Amino acid sequence: MNSILIKNGRIIDPSQDLDLQGNLLIEDGKIKGLCKETTNADEVIDATGLIVSPGLIDLHVSLCEPGFEEDETIESGTAAALAGGITSLACLPNTSPVVDDRSSAEFILLQAERAANCNVFPLGAVTKNHEGKELAEIGQLVAGKAVGFTDADHPIENAEIMRCALEYTRMFHHPILNRPQVPELTEKGQMHEGYYSTVLGLKGIPAAAESIMVNRDIALAELTQGRIHLMCISTRESVSQIRRAKQAGIQVTADVTPHHLALTDQMLENYDPHYKVLPPLRPQEHIDALIEGLKDGTIDAICSDHTPHATEKKTDEILGAAFGIIGLETLIPVCFQSLIKPGHLTWSELISKLTSGPANILGLNKGTLAEGADADITLINPDTKYKLNAADLKSASHNSPFLGKELQGRAEIVLVSGQIRYRAKS
Amino acid sequence: MNIDHEYRTDISKGWTRKHILGLQDLTKDELNIILNQAAEFKRLAAIGETKLTPLAGTVVANLFFEPSTRTRISFGLAAKRLSADTVDFSASGSSLSKGESFVDTAKTVEAMGVSYVVVRHKTPGAPQLLAQHLDANILNAGDGTHEHPTQALLDIFTIREHFGKIEGLTVTLVGDILHSRVARSNIWGLKKLGAHVIVCGPTTLIPSEISRMGVEVSHNLDDVLNRTDCLNLLRIQFERQRGHFFPSIREYAHLFGMNKQRINKAKENVLILAPGPINRGVEITPDVADGPHSVILGQVSNGLIIRMACLYLLHLQRTASLGNPG
Repeated sequence: MNSILIKNGRIIDPSQDLDLQGNLLIEDGKIKGLCKETTNADEVIDATGLIVSPGLIDLHVSLCEPGFEEDETIESGTAAALAGGITSLACLPNTSPVVDDRSSAEFILLQAERAANCNVFPLGAVTKNHEGKELAEIGQLVAGKAVGFTDADHPIENAEIMRCALEYTRMFHHPILNRPQVPELTEKGQMHEGYYSTVLGLKGIPAAAESIMVNRDIALAELTQGRIHLMCISTRESVSQIRRAKQAGIQVTADVTPHHLALTDQMLENYDPHYKVLPPLRPQEHIDALIEGLKDGTIDAICSDHTPHATEKKTDEILGAAFGIIGLETLIPVCFQSLIKPGHLTWSELISKLTSGPANILGLNKGTLAEGADADITLINPDTKYKLNAADLKSASHNSPFLGKELQGRAEIVLVSGQIRYRAKS
Repeated sequence: MNIDHEYRTDISKGWTRKHILGLQDLTKDELNIILNQAAEFKRLAAIGETKLTPLAGTVVANLFFEPSTRTRISFGLAAKRLSADTVDFSASGSSLSKGESFVDTAKTVEAMGVSYVVVRHKTPGAPQLLAQHLDANILNAGDGTHEHPTQALLDIFTIREHFGKIEGLTVTLVGDILHSRVARSNIWGLKKLGAHVIVCGPTTLIPSEISRMGVEVSHNLDDVLNRTDCLNLLRIQFERQRGHFFPSIREYAHLFGMNKQRINKAKENVLILAPGPINRGVEITPDVADGPHSVILGQVSNGLIIRMACLYLLHLQRTASLGNPG
């Protein structure tokens, strides 16, 4: 029997309402439970000054393999996840070919197993080749271990297709993840429509482009009794619609990214494509509403929406630049900067959005330190300050607006199934 | 002859800016330096000094990634009047379609010994990008729907020439404000020089946040005519009508076209500008375009001296930064 003792850490597990100074014992890759500091174990990890959290879970990440290996591979992406404190992630099916059949999902699992970094859960396509026309083989994808269904960066445009998808997935008990953006109002848009888009001469994307589809998806979830998860919510109106829907008992969940909490549309002032992302960065009033949504439970999870792009796709003129920001390795510090430091959330509240929140959405038996659970554990150093350098990133791409910035907080030690898979450089 | 030494050098005193990317960045003093330098070149031209030599031995590259006739010719001639050698690069559409990035294309041209790069591009911010990557001085000749500083400077120069000042005037920009780089540059420049600016056009073509730039918004031309000193009639692009921003050209002309009836309602000495190329019968009727209030062709000749002034000032900055006066 192999055992590890994590001693003298601040153990935070929102799934059990736990926030205490203590010691945690792991046996044979599973959580054994709280114990005394003097408990015998094969290995002891000193967690003094560290937060002991259930391993973080990232709801949707682009791993880009197969098809876009110049941006990221399953190996590099999962290594980046570990360095960011993430022990489980769900990967988007927006690869080439699209993950719209069982063999594609199984290829991802095989590559993840070879990489032996974090746990990977494939998301399957809702429609064949993300074309929005015919349903993908959802039942076959479930057999290939897909945990949810999404057309990734393609919003499901056709309401009838969305209706059928919500009805059809009901029998598999998996959610549909949609990125709400009405295409007619988003076409050629580069950034949030407002003062800065006016001054910069960049075509804007109005906030209404999102809330119109949020409204539709909620109505369809009510009609079908299906489960809808709204990805990357970014506007005030979306938050209030979701809040009302939850109050009415409709099965809707939502996530937000750290960069939509930390950055505003003003940051595009110098036309830096690193701030070009979908949905676009919004003004402060929307950020305030998102934070309210996190506080009152309207928004269930925080997700990196890691979107890697090779340098050449992100450094030329802004109209030609790709949308997206990498986020795995900045998840903890950017959440710290925008939520913990200003006092919006406690560590326990934040960790629930990064563990039990996403686990519940995808129905994963993860995100807890309860006895018998897989020993996926992230030890967070909340105090360490450092400058983010491209050379330190494990991700194959470096498209982060936080490069060169002073950050605080990071994953110190990461365990997956009781094995230490990552240790930060001291 | 070299005007560096033989003509007034006090005008350009205080100019230290390396690039002219937009009028949003420029101070009131810098705007006045450009206008005054242009006036000096105009004075010289009037006494027959049309070929000057300050840029002799330097190379100006005109990089036009978007079709242009008037601006390209004007910049080419401005460089030649200052005795620079010129290289021209024109590409319709993006150079990316040829497999080379915009920055790489510009770097390749710069490597041929270019000191000054005039750039037009469909992408807003493209001149800023070159300023970050190139050593050359960059002059924006229009970037997407962002700015077109030399066009606004020549508009402002023309207004100043006519009224003797900018401060206290009311200037109304008419038409498609949403898609107009000329409008944005005019707003920044005119506001800094103390004018009151009205933007007037259909609600679909005036972005709602434009008032934060310090302008008055109107959707009724007839309402603002009697307090407008200068009308700048922006070109209406026909594809906008197909893009359902307004129902028909006829309706646009009815609501916002400048015609004889409207001239009669306007101030007696109203000045009519149009950046062109003009659509006769749409934003302006032929009798108005060719009438006594119009200075449309005067704008074109002022464009040449404004571009000379801009190139000359960038040259002064460059020689000063190289520690090599003249």
